[in-house]
Amino acid sequence: MPPRIRIIAILICIFLVAYVFELVRRKHLNEEYSLGWLVTGSLMLILSISEDLLIWVSDLVGATLFTSTLFFSGLVFLMIICLHFSIRISALTNQVRMLTQHLGILDYEKKTLESVVAQHSLEKNPAALEKL
Amino acid sequence: MSTLYREKHSNALLAEPLAEESTPSTVITPSLIGFSNTLIVIPAYNEEKNIGRVLEGIRRCAPEIPVLVVNDGSRDATPRISREHGAKVISLPFNSGYGVALQTGFIFAVKNGYTTVVQMDADGQHDPRYIVDMLQEIQNENLDVVIGSRFLENNRYKTTFFKRAGMFIFGNLASLFCGQRVSDPTSGFQALKGKAIQFVAGEYYPPDYPDADFIIMLHRCGFKTREIPVTMHPSPDNKSMHTGHKTIYYVFKMFLSIIVTLLRQKPKG
Repeated sequence: MPPRIRIIAILICIFLVAYVFELVRRKHLNEEYSLGWLVTGSLMLILSISEDLLIWVSDLVGATLFTSTLFFSGLVFLMIICLHFSIRISALTNQVRMLTQHLGILDYEKKTLESVVAQHSLEKNPAALEKL
Repeated sequence: MSTLYREKHSNALLAEPLAEESTPSTVITPSLIGFSNTLIVIPAYNEEKNIGRVLEGIRRCAPEIPVLVVNDGSRDATPRISREHGAKVISLPFNSGYGVALQTGFIFAVKNGYTTVVQMDADGQHDPRYIVDMLQEIQNENLDVVIGSRFLENNRYKTTFFKRAGMFIFGNLASLFCGQRVSDPTSGFQALKGKAIQFVAGEYYPPDYPDADFIIMLHRCGFKTREIPVTMHPSPDNKSMHTGHKTIYYVFKMFLSIIVTLLRQKPKG
């Protein structure tokens, strides 16, 4: 692999891992969601540093260019991360749906109870009616 | 029985203007006795122009049955008008879609012990005269679900070519997998009883567009369903849930949903 692309790949991976750590430290990213990025960044970093490993993976997938192996690996990791996000978004959508439904019902019950209580207190204290 | 009943009350058209003095609550009640635990659920989104007429129609045709309007984040006067017409109103905090609003009504019904639920649209397409027919059918024939079909008896309902093609394909697919004719898979005019209500309130209900996939699901769970002929009026605003790019998504979703419904283990009904 040409040294220039190798250095760029290593720098990008180091930056990615460091940035994800910083995001977690600042609580801008949950640990749960940092996992995929850290694993991706670390594995890409190992692939970029270790030429033997890159050659072995290239032979395994049948790639003629080492840079293609790097891009291919990055693409696969990103696909896994995207799929994970889709699953999480689906779960969150279902949770929001359920919350929305129960919030609507609870709000209706609250208003009904409030009107019953108001009516009851008016019956018990007709003077309040005059004030109104 | 149903036809006779309809002829008898043919003057009670929904589309007619409803004068206050001419709305005795005596128009129709051939046998609403036995439906004390019944609820009518209407999902509504920005329907201020139609919801009043719909509720008036229901009040004339089925005065004893409580009505729940699920306001799906409307930005107009839909909830106020619904309350003024004596309906219970549940307001969702934002627009969540037809299926979500409808399911909210069913969750409410389960929580409050209703044993029969009639679902209908807020745009005036569904004629409330058929509510009693549907309830009688579900009670007398010991069914779980009764679906009002606009294509069973007459075929005068006008719709676009693509809509008709979709209904034809998905109706035939549903008929094939259910082993009985499903002429109107998109009908939102339905009556459900007992465990079918709990099923709709549960996790297997498709929350976006309950359609042919839902009918197949019901059949696979062992619920007894039947269609009865009803008349549907064209939507006054000519609104449809499936327009533009949504049509493509609808077709894709329906095919996928039917396939996974058939592949999925039978949910417990």
